[in-house]
Amino acid sequence: MAKTTMNRPDPDQLLEQLDAQERLLSHERLKVFLGYASGVGKSFRMLDEGRRRKLRGQDVVIGALQPGMSPEVEKIIQTMAVIPLKKIGAGEAMDVDAIFERRPQVCLVDGAAHDNPPGSRNPRRWQDILELVRNGIVVLTSVNIQHIAEHQEEVKRITGKRAEETVPESFLHDANEIVIVDVPPELLLERAAGGGSADPAQTETQRQLSALRELALLLTAEAVDRQLEDYLHAHGIEPLWGTQERILVFLTPGCNSEAMVASGLRNANRFHGELFVVYVRHRSLSRPDDARLQQLLGHAQKIGAETEVLDGDDPIEELIVFARRHRITQIFTGHRRHRHWWNDIVGGPIDRLIRAAEGIDVRVFPH
Amino acid sequence: MPGLDSPKHGQLKVYLGYAAGVGKTYQMLADAHELHRKGFDVVIGYLEPHGRKDTIAMAQGLELVPRKRIEYRGTAFEEMNLEGILERKPQGAVVDEFPHSNVPGCSHAKRWEDVLTLLDAGIDVLTTMNIQHLESLNDQVWQMTGVRVRETIPDWVMKQASEVVMVDLTPRALLNRLERGVVYPPEKAQRALQNFFKESSLVALRELALRQTAHEIEIRQVALPDPPVADHLTKEEEPVTPPAPPTPTDRILVHLTENPSTAMLIRRGRRVADYIGAECFAVFILRESDLAELSPVRREAIERHLNFARNLHLDTHVLEGDDIARTLITFARLHRVTQIFIARPRYSHWHGFVARNLVHRIVAEAGDMQVTVVAERQRQHSA
Repeated sequence: MAKTTMNRPDPDQLLEQLDAQERLLSHERLKVFLGYASGVGKSFRMLDEGRRRKLRGQDVVIGALQPGMSPEVEKIIQTMAVIPLKKIGAGEAMDVDAIFERRPQVCLVDGAAHDNPPGSRNPRRWQDILELVRNGIVVLTSVNIQHIAEHQEEVKRITGKRAEETVPESFLHDANEIVIVDVPPELLLERAAGGGSADPAQTETQRQLSALRELALLLTAEAVDRQLEDYLHAHGIEPLWGTQERILVFLTPGCNSEAMVASGLRNANRFHGELFVVYVRHRSLSRPDDARLQQLLGHAQKIGAETEVLDGDDPIEELIVFARRHRITQIFTGHRRHRHWWNDIVGGPIDRLIRAAEGIDVRVFPH
Repeated sequence: MPGLDSPKHGQLKVYLGYAAGVGKTYQMLADAHELHRKGFDVVIGYLEPHGRKDTIAMAQGLELVPRKRIEYRGTAFEEMNLEGILERKPQGAVVDEFPHSNVPGCSHAKRWEDVLTLLDAGIDVLTTMNIQHLESLNDQVWQMTGVRVRETIPDWVMKQASEVVMVDLTPRALLNRLERGVVYPPEKAQRALQNFFKESSLVALRELALRQTAHEIEIRQVALPDPPVADHLTKEEEPVTPPAPPTPTDRILVHLTENPSTAMLIRRGRRVADYIGAECFAVFILRESDLAELSPVRREAIERHLNFARNLHLDTHVLEGDDIARTLITFARLHRVTQIFIARPRYSHWHGFVARNLVHRIVAEAGDMQVTVVAERQRQHSA
């Protein structure tokens, strides 16, 4: 039960807590405006925040801009100091030296995914940004979801092509703040059409944009979830609730594992949650059973579940400790039908599990 | 706006946020201006600017349908003038604070009912709400924040929206705004900081709002197949992903009792059903002894739960039977239910023992159905 975990300060947990505190305490460094397409208004939101910070007395400069700005954006730019890009060969890159020399408090950098021309200080603009951040300059930047390196498979599945210039997902996690700039696709298409109504032939585009939009929201939700975890760790809080579904499939010898794992995966996908699959290696587990369960874990891992073999003589206790640590919201377990129900009516394993899993749903699968 | 000029039924657009002050109303008004500039006849049906300067400035230039005054117990209240808007018959109306409860004396108890009336009259509506007002999240929000939100939007009403837009701001920026007095006057800001505006609450609510918006987009997507690996275990390394097999239709059955935890069970069943695309039934089983005499307290609790289940659009039934487990399972078989939702028994006293027996009988006799024992959501001990 909850109490046992709380009384057991695990060194790993303590370390995590320290890390989390550090991440939280480190002051503002990098803020990312994330959008799902060009034209959603990322640059505007970023520049508008720069404008407001300047009004509040912060020293703000623009380090890099992208061509093709709306008149609204141009108006803001005119009120701010712009550090021109530096010509390098046939291309241009952000002038990091000039920014260091100018030493502003805040630097606005549009389009973090931009690749610098050969011969630049760093090959990528996002690397320039991290250099600014490391030197104590707060950076506000914009990123299009289509340019996140780790999600190119998905982007290709949605749009049919990959982005040429990318930013690693770790860049988003380096940011201590991330804001999603959301707008309905139809409005975006209208803007693109120059104010007229969107062409009905654009439904395919609209479908693609919706899928990208969903991806952007989920990616932001994940970043926010990390922040939440940091916060909870830093304050030593063990929550009894989950902001997202985390399903734990508990495998036992003879359970209908395929059905349970498949259902766990389907549910985790539908909820955009996480799937964990474990079994407990305890004294009375036979070798063949152990081997079979091990094999099942291998399968589960292949389809994207996080798996673990737990050790301990009390499977229920081990399972609950694991569940609490991973903020599990649902446990899937099997029930033996061939035993008569009154055999395990009170004090049987299912009864004990339900009792111990306070705050967690328990779904019992028939064998 | 292409989505906004259907001749028959009005379209609903929801600006979703996670706290007061994130900029929902501001964003909604900005979009209303954009529509107005394009020649769309949009009026302000109801606006609650909370004295915020930016918001008030943003409302300038849009026609306002004056509120109506209603006397209730000697006090004058101002509410949206539903009849006035219907008479004015604009193409679109801006209606702030979707979950608001009207004062008695209005045509409807809830503003969302007013909005449905506007939509029925062919008027498009732009509206605002925070994630904590979504009915199916009520227990989770209470766990996170300690606040039991009373004014809620049933999930099926949210589904009526043709578009849900997330209005985002980082919690830190929001807290800055609060400190600068942008959101609330000082004494109200102090109170706000006690609950929803605690940083952990804000971060958690924001995550809920992001996930909900993603979900709203997903259910409006024109039949995009699940990701390739979604539906079953692939054997070894199959290079070609098979077409996703039709997902078995899930049917969820929620067992209602007079126990207070039933409300939570209904919300949870509704939410899971919505996410997995399942049908959702609810059953209350009346024993023969109950038929003879049912205390007013129990009767009231049962009625309340039945109404609640119906209001959330669960297919709700009252059955008679002395053997609860058997009656429940017979109904479930008849309706090809795949999952039964029951409350977690209390482990403290004798009643708990009876409930544990029930859980075990249902598990034992459910055959090929799954049984989900739903935990009672409780408040966090620390924080």
